[in-house]
Amino acid sequence: MALGIADRTGLGPETGSAADEHPMTDAPLIFFSSASGYTGRFVEKLETQAGRIPLHTSEPTLLARRPYVLLLPTYGGTAAQPGAAARGAVPKQVIKFLNNEHNRSLIRGVIGAGNTNFGDSYCLAADIIAVKCQVPVLYRFELMGTSEDVAKVNEGLEKFWTHQSQKPA
Amino acid sequence: MTEKLKLIDSVQAINWNKIQDEKDVEVWNRLVNNFWLPEKVPLSNDVQSWNTLTPDEQQLTMRVFTGLTLLDTMQATVGAVSLIPDALTPHEEAVYTNIAFMESVHAKSYSSIFSTLASTKEIDEAFRWSTENPNLQKKAQIITDYYRGDDPLKRKVASTLLESFLFYSGFYLPMYWSSRAKLTNTADLIRLIIRDEAVHGYYIGYKYQRGLETVSEERRQELKDYTYELLFELYENEVQYTHDLYDGVGLAEDVKKFLHYNANKALMNLGYEAMFPSALTDVNPAILSALSPNADENHDFFSGSGSSYVIGKAVNTEDDDWDF
Repeated sequence: MALGIADRTGLGPETGSAADEHPMTDAPLIFFSSASGYTGRFVEKLETQAGRIPLHTSEPTLLARRPYVLLLPTYGGTAAQPGAAARGAVPKQVIKFLNNEHNRSLIRGVIGAGNTNFGDSYCLAADIIAVKCQVPVLYRFELMGTSEDVAKVNEGLEKFWTHQSQKPA
Repeated sequence: MTEKLKLIDSVQAINWNKIQDEKDVEVWNRLVNNFWLPEKVPLSNDVQSWNTLTPDEQQLTMRVFTGLTLLDTMQATVGAVSLIPDALTPHEEAVYTNIAFMESVHAKSYSSIFSTLASTKEIDEAFRWSTENPNLQKKAQIITDYYRGDDPLKRKVASTLLESFLFYSGFYLPMYWSSRAKLTNTADLIRLIIRDEAVHGYYIGYKYQRGLETVSEERRQELKDYTYELLFELYENEVQYTHDLYDGVGLAEDVKKFLHYNANKALMNLGYEAMFPSALTDVNPAILSALSPNADENHDFFSGSGSSYVIGKAVNTEDDDWDF
C-alpha cells in the first residue's frame, strides 16, 4: 500500500547509501506500520518528519541519528490465558530495530496504536517497550486515529521536545 | 432465492509454503492462537449474581444475547461463507473458513450462558422475541440482502459493519454488568468474542482496501458513498433497537455513545475517517475500562500533567529474540 511517506524520512538520497546499507533517519518520530498501513496513515496526518522501520526483517533495519519517539501498533491479544505472559505483541521488525544498541540509546518515549477490543493487550507493545527501555508511554490511540488524536499528538510532541531540550544533558 | 450466492469456480490444492499476502498467515496464526471454547469459562459462577438481577434486567439480558446469537449465526452460515468466492488468495479462503467456524462457536456460547442461567421457558421466550422484534429482524435483513447481492466489495463493507458496529448495542450490556461486578464470568466470555470480532473486522476491512486498489477512482467514490449510506441506515435502525431494549433501564443514551464510538472504529477498519465527533463518542469510562483496563487515558504522558510521569510496571514477555 503506497503511503507517500518515503520522502519524509529526513534523508537526502546521498545519505541512504551508507557502507552497511542501513537506511538512516534524522526524524524525531520513528514508526512501524504493517502492510495494512493504519499507523502509517496516522503518521501522514502529523506535522512531524517520520522515519519508517522496514516492513521485512530480512531488510537492514533503520538507524536513528537523533533522539526520537517510537510509534507502533499492537495487533491483537497474545496471552493464551488470562495472566499468562504475552508473546508476539512487539513486531519482530521493531525488536530488530531496538536490538541495535545505538537506536535503543536514542529512544525517549513511545506512542501506541491499538484497539480497546483487544482488552488487556490494548497497546501492549508500547507498554512492553516503555518498560524495557525505561521511557514513558506518551499517548495511545485506536486504529488510524481521529482528528482529535492527531491534534493531541502534534501538540504533545512539540511540548515534549521543548521539555527534553531544557533537561540537563 | 440464493442464486446469486455462488460457489468458488475452481479449487487448487492450497500451498501454505507459497504466500502472496503475508496478512493471511499473520491473521490465520492470530485466530488460531486466540481459539477458545465456552466450556472453558466457568459460567456457573455467575448463577448467584444472576439471581440478584431484577426480572426486567434478566429479560433484557436474555434478549440482548438472543440478538447477538442471531448476528453470529448469520455471520457463520452466510456472511463469512459469502466472502470465499471473491477471495484474492487461497489463504484468504482458508481464513474465512476459520472465521465462519468461530462465529458458530460464538453463537453456541450464548446457548451455554442461557442453559447456565435461565429456565427453558425463559430461553424459549427470548428466542421467540428475537424472531418478532422488528428492528432486530430489519438489521438481519439489510445485511443478508447485501450478502446475497452480486457486489463483492459491498459484501465486505456489510460484513465489516456487522463485525465492527452491529454487535455493540448488545456487547454494551455485559460490559455494563461487569463494571458493576455482576455476571463477570459471562463478561469474560463476551470479551473473548469481542477480541475475535475485532480481528475479523480488521481483516475483512483490510481485504476490502486491497480490493479498492484494483478499481477506478469513480468506483472508489461510489463505494465510499455507499459505505456511509449503509452505516447511516444501520445506525438509524440501531438507535431504535437501542431505545426498544434499554429505555426500560434508562441506559439508552449511554449505549448510543458506545454505538457512535464503534461506528467510528468500523469506518476506520474500512480505511475511512471517523464520522461522529468526539462530543458524541465520550463512552462512559466504566464501560471502556470493562472493555480494556488499559483504556484509561490518564496514565498517558500527553494527557496527564506531563513532567510527573512515572515509568510503568513490569510487563511479562516471553519473546526470546530480544537482545537486552
